[in-house]
Formats: sequence, structure tokens, C-alpha cells
Amino acid sequence: MHVNNGTDPHAIGTKLPAPEARYDVVVVGAGPAGLAAALAGAGEGKSVLLVDENPIPGAAMGNDVPLLFGGRMTTATQNAERMLETVFMSEPMLEAAMEAGVEVLLGTSAWGVYRNGPGVTGLPESVVALADKDRGWIVGYNQLILATGARDLAIGFPGWNQPGVMGAAALERLLAHYEAFAGKRVLIVGSHDLALNAALLAREKGVEVAGLVEVRSAPQGDAALADAVRAAQIPFYLEDAPAEAIGGIDGVERVRLLSGAVIDVDTVVLAIGLVPSIELIDAMGGKRVLDGARGGYIPGENAGVTCVGDCAGLADTGFDHVEYRMEWARELGKLSAPDTIVCQCEEVTRADLLGVQPPRYLERPAPMQARSLNTLIQDGPPNPDQIKRLTRAGMGVCQGRRCRDQVAMMLAMAADGPFGSVPLATHRAPVRPLPLRILADWEESEDMRAGWDVWFGIPTQWVPYRDIDTPREREHQEAIAEGWSL
Amino acid sequence: MTYVGMPTPSETPQETMAKIAGTAAKMKVVIVGGGVSGLSAGWWLARSGASVTVLDKGIVGWEASGRNGGGASHYQSPLFEEEQRMWPHMDALLGYPTEHQQERLVIAVTPKQLNQYHYLAKMNNDMGYRVDLLTGDQVRAMVPLAGDNCLGGMHYRFGGHANPQRSVQAYAWALQDLGGRIYQHSPVTGFETEGGKVVAVHATSGRHECDAVVVAAGPQIQALMAKLGVEVPLAAARAEMIVTEPAPMMPIGGVDGNGLYGRQTLRGNLAYGGGPHEWLETFEAGPPARPSSPLTRNLARRVAELFPKAAHLNVIRSWAGIVENTPDGRPIIDRMKAPENVTVITMSGVGFGLSPASGHAVRDLVVDGQCSFTDLAKLSLSRFDGIGADWREQRGWQPQKADLAA
Ligand SMILES: Cc1cc2nc3c(=O)[nH]c(=O)nc-3n(C[C@H](O)[C@H](O)[C@H](O)COP(=O)(O)OP(=O)(O)OC[C@H]3O[C@@H](n4cnc5c(N)ncnc54)[C@H](O)[C@@H]3O)c2cc1C
Ligand SMILES: Cc1cc2nc3c(=O)[nH]c(=O)nc-3n(C[C@H](O)[C@H](O)[C@H](O)COP(=O)(O)OP(=O)(O)OC[C@H]3O[C@@H](n4cnc5c(N)ncnc54)[C@H](O)[C@@H]3O)c2cc1C
Repeated sequence: MHVNNGTDPHAIGTKLPAPEARYDVVVVGAGPAGLAAALAGAGEGKSVLLVDENPIPGAAMGNDVPLLFGGRMTTATQNAERMLETVFMSEPMLEAAMEAGVEVLLGTSAWGVYRNGPGVTGLPESVVALADKDRGWIVGYNQLILATGARDLAIGFPGWNQPGVMGAAALERLLAHYEAFAGKRVLIVGSHDLALNAALLAREKGVEVAGLVEVRSAPQGDAALADAVRAAQIPFYLEDAPAEAIGGIDGVERVRLLSGAVIDVDTVVLAIGLVPSIELIDAMGGKRVLDGARGGYIPGENAGVTCVGDCAGLADTGFDHVEYRMEWARELGKLSAPDTIVCQCEEVTRADLLGVQPPRYLERPAPMQARSLNTLIQDGPPNPDQIKRLTRAGMGVCQGRRCRDQVAMMLAMAADGPFGSVPLATHRAPVRPLPLRILADWEESEDMRAGWDVWFGIPTQWVPYRDIDTPREREHQEAIAEGWSL
Repeated sequence: MTYVGMPTPSETPQETMAKIAGTAAKMKVVIVGGGVSGLSAGWWLARSGASVTVLDKGIVGWEASGRNGGGASHYQSPLFEEEQRMWPHMDALLGYPTEHQQERLVIAVTPKQLNQYHYLAKMNNDMGYRVDLLTGDQVRAMVPLAGDNCLGGMHYRFGGHANPQRSVQAYAWALQDLGGRIYQHSPVTGFETEGGKVVAVHATSGRHECDAVVVAAGPQIQALMAKLGVEVPLAAARAEMIVTEPAPMMPIGGVDGNGLYGRQTLRGNLAYGGGPHEWLETFEAGPPARPSSPLTRNLARRVAELFPKAAHLNVIRSWAGIVENTPDGRPIIDRMKAPENVTVITMSGVGFGLSPASGHAVRDLVVDGQCSFTDLAKLSLSRFDGIGADWREQRGWQPQKADLAA
């Protein structure tokens, strides 16, 4: 029998590399919260790295990563250098941070946080994995501050899967930071603070606002903001909802409301809610808790990691965001036909999702067609990761950004439970889609290369059965092991 | 639907199904573990007329069975010919899609790899399984994503791959369609024995009476069998994979090499794993987490080298699974001497691909006491009789640091 004298050259051992650089503090996200944290760190004389993914590469924006851009960015976003300048100029605090000694990297995303813990002990230390347009690398930290903000909550309705249906955070990004919004006239869905702010911002930036649609009977947000919207002559369509977005080759041209009103707009802005960006926390196996008043799932206590700003939870104004979005999901669900798309990347319809049917390139024999979410629920509470594997909803390049939340809501409704009764579909690194060549470790250690095996590097495993316990066994083992460190 | 590179089977899978029908009528079988091994065994037993109950601590296929590379080309196994006979018929027999595809290509980007692949090709040809050697140009003609760095490769005229998650669910649903019951979120906590047999299995879902038990609980087999006084030496480790956004479909999706295993899915995604594993402690309740590590970057590099023309594709996810190994890395498929109605199956790294055959073997052991189609003597538990308590340390297979979850 094969025995390696107490060492396994193919085990992880010390093969994972040390970080390229170390900082006292690494801050992810250069919004107001991240900038304040970075400045505070620098003020204490610490070495601080501040990374922010903006400007987002055009290709990622086209996939609605990380926000729901809905194809409504101008061609200016294709010019990376100009965008870098625009983004830098849009936030004066960036310069202040640099002057304070913070190392600022724009156009740099954090795509993973790795640390030893349950199920992994082979890391030399805790690291954040970064990537820019040229390469990927890892850095070490004493303190990690996540200031990743919040992302758009998308809920589908007929016609939402075309250019011109976007999210409020994406709108804000394009208007306030990129000067690159391509729409002229927008309809806003929702009437809480997010929607009211989006309306006022759009107007301020010279974009026409055709109105706000609210499923409930009154505007939901701050009274002063609602008054400001009214004062700007922007109408509210109350107890109403978008029944269909109708468009042509360039996307949305008009929207038909439940009430029958037809509104000519080139853009629908989903402003029902924002979801705290907990991707990194979740992907590193960190704790999270559900808090409806703070926007849904928010980070729990996680040693060594601090979350600040919107990613730690939206400001608690006593408003139950989760209840509100569930109400929207129910209403838009009623307005959606079975063939309304839920997952845009994989073109999964509501009927496919609720029927747990496989994608169209596979056959659906009779037993398959007889299966549904209802039959699956008889085996136990629905799990979005399981539904994903079967239907492919959430398995595409946007990594579930457009459908994760609505799938969770649909499953909760189907199981007749509250939103939190169904687990959240997991996030995993890389939390930004990144090209193989960027993610690749081109400076792999010799140790890694020498110890690499396709599987475990146990030569007995590959010996043909008939040769086991014969002289041929030794021969195979040697020849096979000889080929290792491929 | 048979392979050009394999011996012609003497019987069709449909004939086998007809032959076994009713052979286990009135037999109550409890299966511990709803991975691919337990579910396939359950399906074969239900096809034989047994009343089958599967108990899983979580959701079916949540562990290794739903996280693997989907490869089905394990020529070294005594189950291989049976697997090859069954796979092309599984969709029809189960009634659900598995995405099974035939044949594989293995391509080299270093001379060392090419040598290794040539050795494996010869080893297969010696067994009567046809492997064609390919030049770099031949590979490039067959594998549109391959690059100038490809030195050659081999074409297995047998083997293949399938979608693990879809296949696991297919077994589970097909088992239910035959009247089998699956209890999810129902960990097994103990066994009730009487007269040298297990008469009932205890789980959080209750007490399940049985005439026979199959223990197919992956890494947790060791602790479960210890409750029955049987020692099964196992060590578990984490293995990692990555997947890209869809690439244009290649004529044969089962392409790997360059130290990787994996496949192009029917959707077009490139899903690959390989490289170092990490030995872990095993917990009775299952792994506390299944994290991936920065090995993601090394995998990305290998995939970019394997398919230079796909290097621009986005990686969209990484994941990890826990897989157990016996001291020689080979499966154990064996019916115990005591308690004599317990059958154990642990498959190490080859359990997915071999599942259509492993279920048949387990069915035979449970119903007939011996395997009808192949010799399994070298996969018996008794080969580890007297193995030292320090077998993990001898191999360097112990966890490198105490798991922080402990
Ligand atoms: C339409 C709209 C109008 C608003 N109007 C107002 C207003 O008038 N007054 C007001 O007080 N507030 C307003 N807000 C809210 C305000 O913008 C947010 O509360 C604030 O920006 C939150 O700050 P933050 O630092 O937490 O996150 P953000 O400002 O969102 O910053 C987070 C940053 O982190 C980046 N990031 C996230 N993940 C990663 C990663 N993995 N790697 C690298 N970078 C990453 C993001 O791209 C982003 O740049 C408005 C918001 C919207 C959407
Ligand atoms: C990354 C990776 C890649 C791989 N690639 C391949 C490949 O390409 N081809 C191939 O053939 N194989 C591959 N394998 C190996 C393959 O996945 C396994 O051999 C196979 O899945 C084993 O199936 P199983 O049912 O025996 O075990 P598992 O899948 O581990 O299932 C065991 C089940 O038992 C349950 N269980 C545990 N304890 C209890 C309890 N107390 N009570 C009730 N239930 C319990 C678990 O929840 C689990 O569902 C790979 C594995 C990994 C991790």
C-alpha cells in the first residue's frame, strides 16, 4: 500500500501565497461611508488602502453588474479613461483622502475575502482579493472595513427584460457620478424615500419625470420629500402598478399601468427598494441577519470585519422595507403571465420557476412535467440554491443580481411563509464576474505547480482493477505518479 | 447508444430491469444518505420491488454529489463497464434529464502531460477500451477553444459526463415515482439491533423499521458505522471548482487536461476543478462550511491555459465540496458480516460517474448477498483489517490545523 512518509505533497499545505501587500486598514467602497472610514484610519496614522470598483467596465454594466443599469448608459461609459476622470471629479473627498495619505485605487473591485475558519485552515493569513482591468491580486489587512453600499432590488413584470428598465441606484450612479444617463423621460416605480430622491435627482439633472407609481394608497416616504415631488408637479399614480413595459429595438417606449393609463417614457426606474451589498460577507461565510427595517439581510457580528454605511443596513426610519417589497412582489406577480421572465441571464420564466422545470434545451418527459415547486415543497422547505440548480434561475453572468431577491420572495409566497422562511441563495467568490485571465494567478508559486495534481495524487486510485495486487500495480503507480506535478 | 470503444453488453438495461422486477418485494430497506450513491441504490432497490426509505441530514445531493465535476470515465473501476452500459439509458429509465453526454477528450499543454496521457491511453487500450491519440492540430480541429499551446491529446471513445445536480434530483424523483420515501432534514442518530441485524434506524424524523440498511453517508459513514461497532477508515478533504459564463458549444463538451477535470455544460459554461485539496476533520453533523479558497486563481489560470480562446470569459462562481477517501483511495462497496444486513458504500472521487452501476452493485449485495455482474472482492472493507490507528498521519492526511469550528 502506498504511504507517503507522513507528508502529502498534493495537499494544500503552504501552497496558498502570502499577500502581495499589507495594510493596517483596507476599505472596500469609496462612497461617503468608505471615504469617512479611510480618512479616519489615515488620521490615526495607519496605512490605508481604499478600493472602489468605479468606473465600472462597460461590459459589466451591460450585464447589470453591479447595479441594474438597464442598458441606459451613454457611450461615454465606453471610454474608460474619461470615465475615470469623471468619477474622480464627482467626489472631491477622493482627492482629500489621497492627500491624507490613503492609497486610493479606483476601477478596482474586491471580489473575495478569505480567512481561516470552519472548513479552511490553509491560508497564511486573512486576505482581500482584488482585481482591476489588468490583473487580480490579494492583499492582507489588520482591519477590513466594508463600505459597499446597497444594490438595486429588481422585481419583474411583463416587459421588464428589455433595455430601459433600470434601478434607482444605477440611475443615481449614472446621473450623479458618471454624467452618462441616456434616458430622457422616466417613470419611477415606488414612492418611498428612494423613489422620491430618485425623482428629485432626475429632475435636478434635467430628466423629465413622468410620475411615480405606488401600489399602496399613499406616498410612502418622508412627507417633506413627497411634498417636494408634488411641488415639482410630478404626479403619483396611487394603488397602481406597471402592468407592462412596451418597447421597440431600443427598449422601453411606454408603460401601461394597471389602471389603464399609458405613459410614454424611455425608462422605468425600479425604486421599490435597495438591498444592502452583503456579497463579500456572505461569500466569506460571515454572519448575516434579516432586518426588514434596514433593507433585508444585513451583516451580523463578524470578527475582524467592520461594515459601515448602507451595506451595514439602510437607515432605520421605522419603515418595513421587506413587507413593502413583498406587497409589490405579490402585485407584480399577479400582473405577470406565466411566460414573464424571472431570470434574464438564463431566460427562466415564472412558469418554469414555479414548475421547477429544466431549461428549454433539455427534454421535459411526462414525469418531469408533473413536478413543480409544490411537489418539491412536500420534501421540505424550498431552498433557492436547489431551485437554481434545477431551473438555472440565478446561474447566469449577473450572478443572480437581477433575480435573487425576487426568487426568494416567490419561494416564500409559494411556501406560504414570511420572506425569511426561505434561506437566501448563497453568494460565492468571485462576487464580480471576472475574466479567467484577470483572475488567474500568473505568478503561481513553484510549490503550487510542483504539488498540483488533477485529483488527490493517490496513485493506487487509478490502477485498473484487474491489476490491483499484481506486479503491474507497482508499474502503473510509478508511471502515474511520475506524471504528477502536471 | 453504445460506445464504439467498449465491449458490447450482453443484455440491455431494459432487460435487466425486467429481470430484477419483484425480486425484493416485501423487503424494507432504509438508506442512510441521499447522495448519488444512496439514491441510485434506492432506485435500483425500488425497481426490484423493495419498499425504500432514504434519510438525509439535509437536502438530497447537497454534499459531494451536487458539487462534483460530473465526470463519468472511471476505467479503473470494476463497475466501469456496467456504468457505460447504463448511462446512455438513464434519462429514459429515470424519466428525468441527467444531461449525460458521451466521450471525452484530454488535452496537454506541457510535454510532461502529453507523456502522462499517452501512458493512460495505452493502459486503456490494453484493457480493450479504445483511446485515440491526437496531434495538436487534431485537437484544435475538435476543440475550438484550444490554443497554439496545445501539444496533443487523447480521445476516449467511451466515458462521458452528466450534470450532477440534475442527476441527483433525477434519481430522487424516480425513486419517489416508484413509491420510495425521502426524508430530508432528517439526520440518522442511531441504530436498533436485534439478533445480529439492524431492525430499525433512528432519525430525527422518527424510527424507521427495516429488513436491510445501506449506509451511504459520505464522510459521516465512519461515525455512523462506529455506532455498530464497525471501523471504516476514512479521511475527508475539501476540493474546489470554478465555473465561467457560457462559451460557444464545443462538439465534445467533455474536454479536460492540464491538471484539471471538468466539462463544458450543455448551457456552455466551463466548469473545472483540480489542484491541492485540504484534509479536514469530519464532524458527525456534517461540514460546518464548504468555503472555497484563493485556489480559485490557480484554477482560473489552468483553465485559461487549457482554453486560451476562452481566457476572456468571466468566472461567475467558485465552490467546494467535501469528499472522503479510504487509505488506498478506492471505494468500499461491501456487505458487513455483522450486523449482516448492513451494506456500506463509500466512493471517494469516483462516485458520481459510477453511480448507475454502484446502485446496481448495492442492490445485488442487499438482495442477493453478492454482486451479479462484477467482482468486488478488492473493494471489501476487510482489506483494511488491522490498519494502524495512525494511518492518516502515515500518509500526511491529517488536518493541517485544528478546524476552527471544532
Ligand atoms: C437615487 C438616489 C438618490 C439619493 N439621494 C440622496 C440624498 O439626496 N441625500 C442623502 O443623504 N442620500 C441620498 N441617497 C443615499 C446615498 O446615496 C447613500 O445613502 C450613500 O451613498 C450610502 O453611502 P455608502 O458609502 O454606504 O455607499 P455608496 O455610496 O453606495 O458607496 C459604495 C461604493 O462601494 C462600491 N463597491 C461596492 N462593492 C464593491 C466591491 N466589491 N469592490 C469595490 N467597490 C465596491 C460601490 O460601487 C460604491 O461606489 C440617494 C440614493 C439614491 C440611490
Ligand atoms: C469538487 C469535487 C469534484 C468531484 N468530481 C467528480 C467527478 O468528476 N466524477 C465523479 O465520479 N466523482 C467526482 N467527485 C466525487 C463524487 O462527488 C463522490 O464520489 C460522490 O458524490 C459520492 O456520493 P455519495 O452519495 O457516496 O456521498 P455524498 O454525496 O457525500 O452523500 C452523502 C449523504 O449522506 C448524508 N448524511 C451524512 N450524514 C448523515 C446522517 N447522519 N444521517 C443522514 N444523512 C447523512 C449527507 O447529507 C449526504 O447527502 C467529486 C467530488 C468533489 C467534492
